[in-house]
Amino acid sequence: MPFGLLKYGLNRRYPKDPLYGKPKSLKPSYDVVIIGAGGHGLAAAYYLAKDYGITDIAVLDKGYLAGGNTARNTAIIRSNYLTPEGVQFYDESVRLYQGLSKDLDFNILYSERGHLTLAHTDAAIRTARWRAEVNKHLGVNSELILPDRIAELCPELSLAEDVRYPILGALYHAPGAIARHDAVAWTYARAAAALGVEIHTETEVTGIQIENGRAVGVETKAGTISCGRVLQAVAGMSSVVAKMAGLELPIRSIPLQACVTEPVKPFLDPIIVSGSLHVYVSQSDRGELVMGGSVDPYPLYSTRSTLEFKEELMMHMLELFPFIGNLRVLRQWAGIADMTPDFSPVMGATPVKNYYIDSGWGTWGFKATPVCGKRMAESVATGIVPDVLLPFALERFFRFEQVGERGAASVGH
Amino acid sequence: MKTLNCPLNGPRNITEFAYGGEVEKMPAPDAGAHDWAAYVFIEKNTRGVVREWWMHLPTSYWFIADRNTESNEVIATYPADEIFIEKTGFTGDG
Ligand SMILES: Cc1cc2nc3c(=O)[nH]c(=O)nc-3n(C[C@H](O)[C@H](O)[C@H](O)COP(=O)(O)OP(=O)(O)OC[C@H]3O[C@@H](n4cnc5c(N)ncnc54)[C@H](O)[C@@H]3O)c2cc1C
Repeated sequence: MPFGLLKYGLNRRYPKDPLYGKPKSLKPSYDVVIIGAGGHGLAAAYYLAKDYGITDIAVLDKGYLAGGNTARNTAIIRSNYLTPEGVQFYDESVRLYQGLSKDLDFNILYSERGHLTLAHTDAAIRTARWRAEVNKHLGVNSELILPDRIAELCPELSLAEDVRYPILGALYHAPGAIARHDAVAWTYARAAAALGVEIHTETEVTGIQIENGRAVGVETKAGTISCGRVLQAVAGMSSVVAKMAGLELPIRSIPLQACVTEPVKPFLDPIIVSGSLHVYVSQSDRGELVMGGSVDPYPLYSTRSTLEFKEELMMHMLELFPFIGNLRVLRQWAGIADMTPDFSPVMGATPVKNYYIDSGWGTWGFKATPVCGKRMAESVATGIVPDVLLPFALERFFRFEQVGERGAASVGH
Repeated sequence: MKTLNCPLNGPRNITEFAYGGEVEKMPAPDAGAHDWAAYVFIEKNTRGVVREWWMHLPTSYWFIADRNTESNEVIATYPADEIFIEKTGFTGDG
């Protein structure tokens, strides 16, 4: 390996990218152009090709493959949300995830750990019970448990009562999982490319061409291309790209930060989340503790890291796991989250004909990657937005029918 | 730590402030549900220099900041009455 590095580091001819090859240059026209080669865009390309036989597709990204929030998330997958619309949608995604490694013959290191949402107040217990009932009603494995059972599932967690926020109970979701987030994008990229989809990285979209209210082309740094339909899946850049199509969204772009510690021996099996303290932690297969909190207090298009984030996070984390005080933080980073006021996505058709949108994924969109890909592909291919996506339409804000998703990450109860 | 210069209290840590959204023109009271929904929910979400509301939490003082949302540079802060010179009147039978 070090020899290979040396050889190709000094050579102009790199080995062919084994994942998805590199198309030579943009064609003048495609059936479908997908803006954003994150997990969502790549999954949509794959399902368009596989389920609908549409293979004349270009996926364009301004950076490298899946270097946006797909590369930056903390990889938690679950379906124990609060609204029936949300639970059904995320449940479909979890099921697709469970079979993904096998279906696409690529190991995404899907690891079912169990997911505990800690409750420290009576109000949080009430919400946990509410969520458990909605979940069970829709066939999702979810229950309220008390400290004795928490101690069995996670003996390392401090259940001390003489702390500022003692743990009163938890919402337990056994199917909660983590996966290798990059591998999810890679597997979709590889499978889509094998069916003929072109993936063009370092090809920023700079404009959308609209004629008589319908999208007809996309302007890029590498030239203009015409196309039949456009799907935008650009997460934190949703408002910026939508504006090129003359659309305004109910979205604020706000940084979300995370960090990992140095690796230690495995000790933490479940994923631990606290909605009241706004912190969550899981241990990766490499042994690192992966930790995060709530979004930054104000919007920003910059992925800088802050000290305040770490201080706030560690203050609570040390109360939950006092012994991690000796661990060193190895890396800290941020992604730009596309936050909606009701913590639900904005998906489906738009007032611009042939222009589809997959946005508003905020802090919760990694777990939705497969279902978004599949259902956005269905919308783009058939022109009919499926029922599961209808509650998330942009028009909901004008009908005052928001989907108040208080089961979303980093939302207080 | 990043600081904001509060027009009332001087420079303070940014953790003492709450963000209040971009400054936008309020629709007329009888503008209709669509315009009001757009005013309440839809965001410009500008990348670049933005005029926005901030509040200093300990003193509940609202003011305006011009900030670059790409570099996070605060260009100016000033009292709201520098731009809101007309009083908003809500008349009608309520
Ligand atoms: C720190 C952090 C932790 C998170 N944790 C979780 C979690 O535990 N569980 C969960 O479910 N979700 C989580 N999320 C949210 C999740 O990461 C995102 O919602 C999800 O990855 C969005 O995927 P995407 O493919 O839509 O966007 P991205 O992966 O961001 O892809 C969008 C792509 O669009 C490209 N792009 C932007 N503008 C242009 C342009 N003009 N032209 C061409 N390309 C463009 C970007 O380069 C980028 O590659 C987290 C997010 C962050 C930041």
